Amino acid sequence: MERVAIIGVGQSEFGELWDRGFRDIVLSAGVEAIEDAGLEGKEIEAMYVGNMSGGRYLDQEHIAALIADYSGLAELNVPSTRVEGADASGGLALRQAYLAVASGVHDIVIAAGAEKVTDVGSEMTTDIMASSADREWEGFVGATLPALYALIARMHFIRYDTTPEDLAMVSVKNHRNGALNPKAQFRREIKVEDVMRSPFVADPLRLLDCAPLSDGAAAVIIANERVARQLTDSPVYITACTQASDYLALQNRKDITTMEAVRKASELAYKTAKMTPRDIDVVEVHDSFTIAEILAYEDLGFVEKGKGATLIREGITELDGELPVNTSGGLKSCGHAVGATGIRQAVEITYQLRGKAGKRQVDAETGLSLNIGGTGATAVVTIFEVR
Amino acid sequence: MKSGIASYGTYIPRFRIRVEEIARVWGENPQNVKGGLGVYQKSVPDLDEDTATISVEAAREAIARAGINPLEIGAIFVGSESHPYAVKPTATVVGDAIGAGNNFHAADFEFACKAGTAGIQACMGMVKSGMIKYGLAIGSDTSQSAPGDPLEYSASAGGAAFIIGSDNLIAEIEATSSFTSDTPDFWRREGQPYPSHGGRFTGIPAYFRHVTSAAKELMENLGYRPSDFDYAVFHQPNGKFPVRVARILGFTDEQIKQGLVVRYVGNTYSGSSILGLSAILDVAKPGDRILLVSFGSGAGSDAFSIVVTENIEEFPRKPSVWDKINSGVHVDYSTYLKLRKKIKLR
Repeated sequence: MERVAIIGVGQSEFGELWDRGFRDIVLSAGVEAIEDAGLEGKEIEAMYVGNMSGGRYLDQEHIAALIADYSGLAELNVPSTRVEGADASGGLALRQAYLAVASGVHDIVIAAGAEKVTDVGSEMTTDIMASSADREWEGFVGATLPALYALIARMHFIRYDTTPEDLAMVSVKNHRNGALNPKAQFRREIKVEDVMRSPFVADPLRLLDCAPLSDGAAAVIIANERVARQLTDSPVYITACTQASDYLALQNRKDITTMEAVRKASELAYKTAKMTPRDIDVVEVHDSFTIAEILAYEDLGFVEKGKGATLIREGITELDGELPVNTSGGLKSCGHAVGATGIRQAVEITYQLRGKAGKRQVDAETGLSLNIGGTGATAVVTIFEVR
Repeated sequence: MKSGIASYGTYIPRFRIRVEEIARVWGENPQNVKGGLGVYQKSVPDLDEDTATISVEAAREAIARAGINPLEIGAIFVGSESHPYAVKPTATVVGDAIGAGNNFHAADFEFACKAGTAGIQACMGMVKSGMIKYGLAIGSDTSQSAPGDPLEYSASAGGAAFIIGSDNLIAEIEATSSFTSDTPDFWRREGQPYPSHGGRFTGIPAYFRHVTSAAKELMENLGYRPSDFDYAVFHQPNGKFPVRVARILGFTDEQIKQGLVVRYVGNTYSGSSILGLSAILDVAKPGDRILLVSFGSGAGSDAFSIVVTENIEEFPRKPSVWDKINSGVHVDYSTYLKLRKKIKLR
């Protein structure tokens, strides 16, 4: 296996980009990544694109070819592949790119993620996101994604001593971080009272517990170690990129407060990277709903099951804590551009490990990202190192 | 030739419904609705009221106040998105009801919430060119909203009529400019009972872009700053947008307070910004300068700089817009459904 490194990153602004089209958003992220890597573009041998639902958001399938075309890669006949795993699509694209380089098949590839959600109304958006859960057993009986996460939160409240205020603190922390991120959608701080006053989306989850759905794109250039050393002085190595699945519907899981896919993927990732959770310096997790960040603390092994809330209460996951989580602002404040999120997380960890994260910079040599599809039936865990 | 406002009149239906009453039915928290929309109650038309009756009432008040001979009105334009007929004009009903004779230009305008100010501009053109002595421009609506839709809290009924002329003006219109683009933020197709809207897309790309662009263009052309105006009034789809746009443009809360009627009357659509203008004219003094900026979805804004003349002092301005707003009778939601013909009788 080749050692794999990220040599260039790019990200569009995240948000309601009313005046920008899908192609335009993707292109800005791709161009930024290629320039960051100091490439011309023609060195790229393959492209992997994470996109959840171009078919429903844009009435456009064949997204991979479209992006290759508008990136100028069609002229070079570069193979381009779209991968889909709901909002873990970006993580899957990253993993496909990682595997392509690790296996020695390609030297330099690009992994991108992109979604344009604001061309349809909010009811349609809710329905599209509900399709990341089990349509027959969950969607048809009325469960939306927030409703399913609300069930998880309620069970976590009942079984452990987690409270709505704990969830609110996750949102407050992520907004505080996002306020420092020039590409974040909601660059403003909020208070616990703001969260607690916001209307219920699905009790106990309130509006400010839920990440927005955003337009946005992100891209990373991935190369083997030999190429990386030629092209950059600051490669960020991917020392593990693992994936696991779980039952699609919550009802089939032994415990809905545990994301088994996250546990399995992270266990394998730590083993592959020869690390333990204690060795991780900075983390990006999939806080599509605040309860998901609490679960991630537990299922990634940072704290035992049921004790997730202690990390937020004790400030451990704050920017100046022992284990900063979601320095970008996370999905809640930076925005959740569905298929782009997994790549966007890799961009943030790269900034952090390069020491280029600006006002939100933390002291880190290792990082971990967790990208989840739907309610956790797909999980991708990636470990990054600069050594 | 100069042009301006020779007279104005308004009409607001008598009934009101409070946000609390609508929220009660739909299980919403009224404090959240009031905080989010900045609307506390809205006007509700009676069973036999529509855009034609509201227009006639407003026009009659305008004519009576200035003592204008209706036969001297050479053009009538009624702007609305709730004309009673899809085919058959409201303007002819108004012309006949006010006794304008038969020798007048007439047309119905539709431009979402800004058809009333479009009518004012058309009248200004005809007055300035000497085609007519007086033009009557009306903006009025009994706006539609689906039960349960957030629009239900704000979509109300009312209107204002402006007689545009060149002599004996109570206020001169110094200049007007428009900003228009193809922006699909809010629409209703032929045959559809209720409008559709693009959620937050109605905000920054629609309302804010058009209102600020039209206002800035007008102020640049005239070399004015916000501090040169005594009052400002912006289209009021809710209580939040006009306050925010005023701050963006650099106007103070004090400048917009008198014309900010939406919180207690709701969004009267084509009547909205000009009802606010009427509330300002109710108290304005000679020499006061007023900025008026309308907004219509689809989308466009008309901006006007208006200077009040000495004639305003002798002009009868009672009952005022605020008197009318405050004299309403509150109804419950079931009465509201009856008045809005939402109860299926058979």
